[in-house]
Amino acid sequence: MIELKMQQVTLGYDHHPVLEDITLKVSPGEMVGLIGPNGSGKSTIIKALSHVIRPESGKITMDQRTITRIPRRELACMVGVVPQLPLLPSTFTAFEIVLMGRNPHLGLFQSESKHDWEITREAMEKTGTAELANRYVNELSGGEIQCLLIARVLVQETKAILLDEPTANLDIGRQVEILDLIKNLCTRNNLAVLAAVHDLNLAAQYCDRLLLINERRIFAEGTPTEVITDRNIKEVYGAENCVYTHPVNGLPAVLLGAHKNKTTGTQSWR
Amino acid sequence: MSSNPSLTRTPAGTYLSGRRTRILSLLGLSAGLIAVIALAVSIGSVHIPFSTTFSILLDRLPFLDIDQTWQSVIATIVLEIRLPRVILAGLVGAALATAGATYQGLFRNPLADPYLIGVAQGASLGAVAGFLLPVAWNVLGFGLIPLLAFIGALLATATVYLLARVGKTLPVTTLILAGVALSALLGSIVSYLIISSGEKMHGIIFWLMGSFALSQWSEIKVVLPYIVVGTAVIIIFARLLNVMQLDEEQAQQLGVNVEKLKLILLAAATLITAASVSFVGTIGFVGIIIPHAVRLVWGADHRFLLPLAVLTGAIFMILTDLVARTVLAPTEIPIGVITAICGAPFFLYLLRRRKKAIF
Repeated sequence: MIELKMQQVTLGYDHHPVLEDITLKVSPGEMVGLIGPNGSGKSTIIKALSHVIRPESGKITMDQRTITRIPRRELACMVGVVPQLPLLPSTFTAFEIVLMGRNPHLGLFQSESKHDWEITREAMEKTGTAELANRYVNELSGGEIQCLLIARVLVQETKAILLDEPTANLDIGRQVEILDLIKNLCTRNNLAVLAAVHDLNLAAQYCDRLLLINERRIFAEGTPTEVITDRNIKEVYGAENCVYTHPVNGLPAVLLGAHKNKTTGTQSWR
Repeated sequence: MSSNPSLTRTPAGTYLSGRRTRILSLLGLSAGLIAVIALAVSIGSVHIPFSTTFSILLDRLPFLDIDQTWQSVIATIVLEIRLPRVILAGLVGAALATAGATYQGLFRNPLADPYLIGVAQGASLGAVAGFLLPVAWNVLGFGLIPLLAFIGALLATATVYLLARVGKTLPVTTLILAGVALSALLGSIVSYLIISSGEKMHGIIFWLMGSFALSQWSEIKVVLPYIVVGTAVIIIFARLLNVMQLDEEQAQQLGVNVEKLKLILLAAATLITAASVSFVGTIGFVGIIIPHAVRLVWGADHRFLLPLAVLTGAIFMILTDLVARTVLAPTEIPIGVITAICGAPFFLYLLRRRKKAIF
C-alpha cells in the first residue's frame, strides 16, 4: 500500500510555472480524479508524480520517501503510468509492448520468465487485447493502444497507478469496461489511483474524490457532488447551468446544450 | 515450429517460436562466420586448398595436434598475413554494425550511423594530421596515424557531447545536430588539408576510404579489448534499449535511468567505433545498413538484433574485404567502395520484399 503526497509543490518548465502551491494526497484504495480545462496542468502533475519532471519547489513523497531520492527502477515498481496516447515503436508487437511493463521487475542480467509471460497474457485478457497480441502496434487503433497501455500498467504490478486521460479514445462501452476494471483493482488491491479525466460525467461516476484545477491552482476539492456544481463549472469552464443529478445514483451529471440563441443559422462566415 | 501446439496460439507461444527461430539463426550465423573465415583465408594470390587452411587453423587450437602436411611458408601466409587481416575485418565489421544499431536505437532514428556524432570526421582529422606531420613516431609498437585518429575521434565526440548537454539531460536531437555541425566543420578542415597535402594526397584518400591491407596481429591486440568490452556492455543493456524505443518519458516510467543509459551506450558505441576506424579508416555503409538488414530479417528486439548484427557485420566485412583484395588483384580496391557496391543491391532487395514497418 502506498500513499502519494504533494506538499506546496510548484511545477513548471524552464522556471515558467504551470502549477503553484499544489497540495494533494492519494490514499490506498482511493480513486482520485484530476479535472480541469485544457492546459491546466493535469498531465504535468502526473509527470511530477512519476519523476519525469522535478518540482521547482515543495515536496513530493511516496510513502514518506521523497520521490527524487527513489531509484528509477524501484519507483517504477511502486507507481505505474498510463500515458496519454503516445507514439509506440511500430516494430514491436502488442505482446512485446505489454511485456515491457515487467522491465522494472527484472535485473540487468535477467530475462523475462514464463511467469512474466503468464502475467502479460492475463493482463491482455483482462483488458480485451489478447487477440491483438501478435499485431504490430502501427496497425492498431487509438482505442486499442489505450487498452494495451492499461494492460501494461497491470503487468507492472504497482501499488499506485497514474492515468492520463485513460478513456479519451475509447467508445462508451470500452470506457465503462476499462474504468470498471481500474476501479475494481483500486478497491480490491488497495491501489492508490490518480486519473486525469476529461469527461466530467465519468469522473463523477468513478472517482471517490475530485481535484478541479484552474489557473495554476487547485480550484476545488472534494467529493464529486461537492466539486461538480453549477457555480464551479461556470467559473472554470464557462458553461452555464449544465449540472444535473444522475437519476439513478444521485451523482452530479453534466449535460450540455448548444447555444442556439447566440448564433443564427443564416449568419454567414465573413 | 513449436513442439507444443497449444502454446503457439497463446501470445507467449508465438513469442517463443519467434525466439527459437532467432536463436537458431544465431547458431547458423556463428557457423557461417567460421566458414567464411576459412574461405577468406584460403583465397588469395597463392591458392591454398580449403582443407589445408582448415588443418592449419585447427592445428593452432590448444589440445589439437594435426600432422603437418603443408610447407611452413603456407602456414606463414595463412597465419601471419591472411588470418590477421580476416580477423581484423571481422572485428571492425562487428563493431561498426553494433555501434550503428546502438545509435539507431538510442536516437530512435533510422538514419543514424556510427559516424553521426563526429567520430569519423574526428578520426579523419587526426589521421590526416598524422600523415602531414613530418615525424614518424612509433608509439607502443604502432604508428602515429592510428593513435591520432583514435584521439581525434574521442575528442570530437566528447566535444559534441558537451555542446549538446543541457543541465543534467542530453536531448537526442541536440546531440545529432551538434554532431552534424561539428562533422561539417571538421570535414571542411580535412578537405582543405587534403588539397594542400601534395604528394601525400593519395595515401590520405586511401586511408579515408578504408583498407585492411596493413593488418597485423599487433593491431588486433590493441583493438580487440575495446571491441569485446564495448560490444558486451551494449548487449547487456539490450533490453533497456528496447524499452527506450517507446520514448524517454515512458522509459523512465518503466524504471529506466534514461540519462545514465544514454551515457553508457554512447560511450561504449563511440569507443568501439573509434578503435575500429583508427586502424582501418572510416569505412562507410556497414554501420547503417547491416543493422537495418538484420531488423528486416529478424525483427527489432535488440537482444537479438545486436548479437545478430555482430555476426552479420563480421561476415559482411570479411566477404567485402575478400572482394576488395581479389577482384582487381594485385591492385586493391578501397573497402569503402566495395561495401556499398556489394551491400546496396542486397539491402534494396530486402527493402522491397518487406511486409512490415522496419523502424
